[in-house]
Amino acid sequence: MSDDNAQSNETENPAHRSEPGAMLRRTFLSGISLGLCGWAAFIVGVPIIGFLVAPIFKEPPRLWRSVGPVSKFKVGDTVEVTYEDTSALLWAGVTGKTAAWLRRKSDQEFVAFSVNCSHLGCPVRWVPTAHLFMCPCHGGIYYANGNVAAGPPPRGLTRFPVRVQNGNVEILTSPAPIT
Amino acid sequence: MDVLRYIWELFDDRTGASEVWKRTAGHLVPPGTGWWYVFGSATLAAFIVQVVTGIALASVYTPSTESAYSTLQFISQQAAWGHLLRGLHYFGASAMILLIGIHVSRTYLMGSYKYPRELNWLTGAVLLVLVVVMGFTGQLLRWDQIAVWSVYIAAEQAGRVPFVGKALAHFILAGDQVGGATLTRFFAFHVFFIPALIFGFIGIHLYLVIRNGISEPPKPGRPVDTRTYRAWYEKMVKREGHPFWPSAAWRDVTFGVGMITVLVILAWFIGAPHLSRPPDPTILKAEPRPDWYLLWYYALLALLPHGIEPYVMVLGPLGFGLLLILLPLLANKGERSAWRRPWAIGVVILFWTMIVTLWIQGKKAPWSPAFAAKPLPASVIRASSGPVYRGGQLFHSAGCEACHNIAGYGGHRGPDLTTVGDRLTGDEITIRIVNGATNMPAFGGILSAKELNDLVAFLKSRKTQ
Repeated sequence: MSDDNAQSNETENPAHRSEPGAMLRRTFLSGISLGLCGWAAFIVGVPIIGFLVAPIFKEPPRLWRSVGPVSKFKVGDTVEVTYEDTSALLWAGVTGKTAAWLRRKSDQEFVAFSVNCSHLGCPVRWVPTAHLFMCPCHGGIYYANGNVAAGPPPRGLTRFPVRVQNGNVEILTSPAPIT
Repeated sequence: MDVLRYIWELFDDRTGASEVWKRTAGHLVPPGTGWWYVFGSATLAAFIVQVVTGIALASVYTPSTESAYSTLQFISQQAAWGHLLRGLHYFGASAMILLIGIHVSRTYLMGSYKYPRELNWLTGAVLLVLVVVMGFTGQLLRWDQIAVWSVYIAAEQAGRVPFVGKALAHFILAGDQVGGATLTRFFAFHVFFIPALIFGFIGIHLYLVIRNGISEPPKPGRPVDTRTYRAWYEKMVKREGHPFWPSAAWRDVTFGVGMITVLVILAWFIGAPHLSRPPDPTILKAEPRPDWYLLWYYALLALLPHGIEPYVMVLGPLGFGLLLILLPLLANKGERSAWRRPWAIGVVILFWTMIVTLWIQGKKAPWSPAFAAKPLPASVIRASSGPVYRGGQLFHSAGCEACHNIAGYGGHRGPDLTTVGDRLTGDEITIRIVNGATNMPAFGGILSAKELNDLVAFLKSRKTQ
C-alpha cells in the first residue's frame, strides 16, 4: 500500500488523465464491458425464461376419454367420474388424474360439469338429496344445471363436452377452468 | 499462545476481519433503543432456523407429485427427529411472519422509515412480500390434498388479473391443470429462487442499517429535517451512543434465543402440521384451508360483497404494495413520534384488528356448508309422523341444514331457525324458501308442493318452548 502511494506521488498515474482521448477510451471500454455482460445474460436468460414459461403456451392435446359404459349410469343420477389427463408426466402419480361430475339426463343424453368452483377452484360436491352442488371453501352453491344458486361464484360451473361412442360415455379432456 | 496470536494476526492482516467487526458489530447505537428494537433481528434468527431445518428436510423430501406425500409421511412418522424438524420448520415460518409483521408495525409507528432510511423500509417491504410468498409456497410443498386445491386457489386468483390472468394462472399450475410439473416448480421457487432473493435483500437491508445508523427512539416535537438530520445524528450518536455489540445486541440475542427455544418446545410438543388426505384431485371430499397466517385472507374472500371481489383480489395486494412503496417517498420528513401522528396509530390498530377479526371468522368459517351435519333427532323435531315430522326430515335432506342451524344442529351461513316460527308467518317462510336470497338458493324449482308444505309446517312449529 505505502509503496503504491509513494510511486503515484512521483509519477502521475496515466489512468487519472482527463484528456478527451482517455475519457473516450474509458467510456468505450465500460460500454463494451456492460454490453458484453448484457449479451451473456441474454444468451443464458432466454433459454431459462423459455423453459419456465413454456407451459403457458403449450396446449396439451384434447382427447376423448371413456369413463365407462352407458349402462353404468342411472338416468337422473349425478356421479363423480375420473379419467387420465392427456399429457400426464410419468412422475405425476395421482395428480395425473382428473375428476368431473357426470349426470345421465336421459337415455342417450349426458352432461358433465367441472369439479372446480368458479369462485376459486375448490372442489364442489354434489349433494344428491338437496339437488345442489356445494363448495366447501367459501360457501358457493350451484343448482343442478350448474347455475349459481348462492354465494360468491361469479358464474356457473363449467361444462365439459361429453358424448356417447360405441356404448361408452366419453368426456373431452379440458383445461381447468380459470374464471 | 504466541503461535495462535501469530496466526490470528496474519489472518487479520490478510482479511481485515477485526476492522470489519469494529465497523459492523461495533457501530454506535443511539441511547434508549429498548426491547422494541429486537423484532428485526428476531425475524433474521427465525430465518436462520428456516434455512437449517429446510436444508435438513430437503435431504429427505422428494419434490415429485408422485412421491412427495409419502416422503412427508416418512419424515413425520419414521425418520429420526423428522416430526420435530417439520414442526420446527412450520413454527419457524409462523414466527417469521408474525415477527416481520411486528417489525413493520414498529418501524412504521416510530417513523423509522423517514429520511435517511427510506431504502431500509423499501428493502424491508420486499422482504415482507418474499416472506409471505415463502409461507404460501411452503404450505404447498406439504403436498397433500389441501396443497393441491390451494394451487388451484392461487391460480384462480392470478386469473383475475386483466389480460395476462390466464397466462399467470397456467404459469402457477405449470400447465393447464395441477399435474406432474406443478410441485417441482414450487419446490425450485421455495428452495432456491426466493431464498436467494431473501439472502440478497437481507444483505442490503443490514448494510443500510449500518450505513444510516439505527434510528433513535422518536421524541415528540423533534421532526426530521432532511438538511440537518445526518449531521445531527452523527454528532448525537458519537456523543451518547453505545457500540451495538454488546450494549444493544444482548437484547437481540436474548430475545432471539428465547424465541428459538419456544419454537423448539412447540415443535417438540405439538410437532409437524397435520397431513390431510393424499394429493389426489379426484378425492372431492376436501376442506381446503390455508395455514393460519393466510386464514384471514381466506375469510376476506368469503365475506367480500360479491361484486367487488375481482377488484379486491387484484387491486388489494397491488394497492398494499403501492402504499408500502409510496410511504417513505411521500412522507420522509417531519414528526416521527407516533403521538404526533395519530393516524399512524389508527392505521396499525385498524390493520391488526382487521387481521385478527378476519382470522377469527376464518377459523369458524360459518359460510362453509356443514356437510357433516347429522339429521335432526326426534327430540328436536318433536313429532314422529305427519307434515312436521316429514318437514324435519327434509330440513336435513334438502340441504337446509348445511347452512341453517336448529337447536345446535347444522351450519351457520344463514340465520338460526331454532325459533323461526316466532318471527315469521307460514307465508313469509314460503316466500323465502321459494325465492331464495343473495346467499340462499331458490328452492321453488327443487321442492315439490307437498315437500314445501311439509317444510313450512315444520319451520312454523319452531317456536320458543
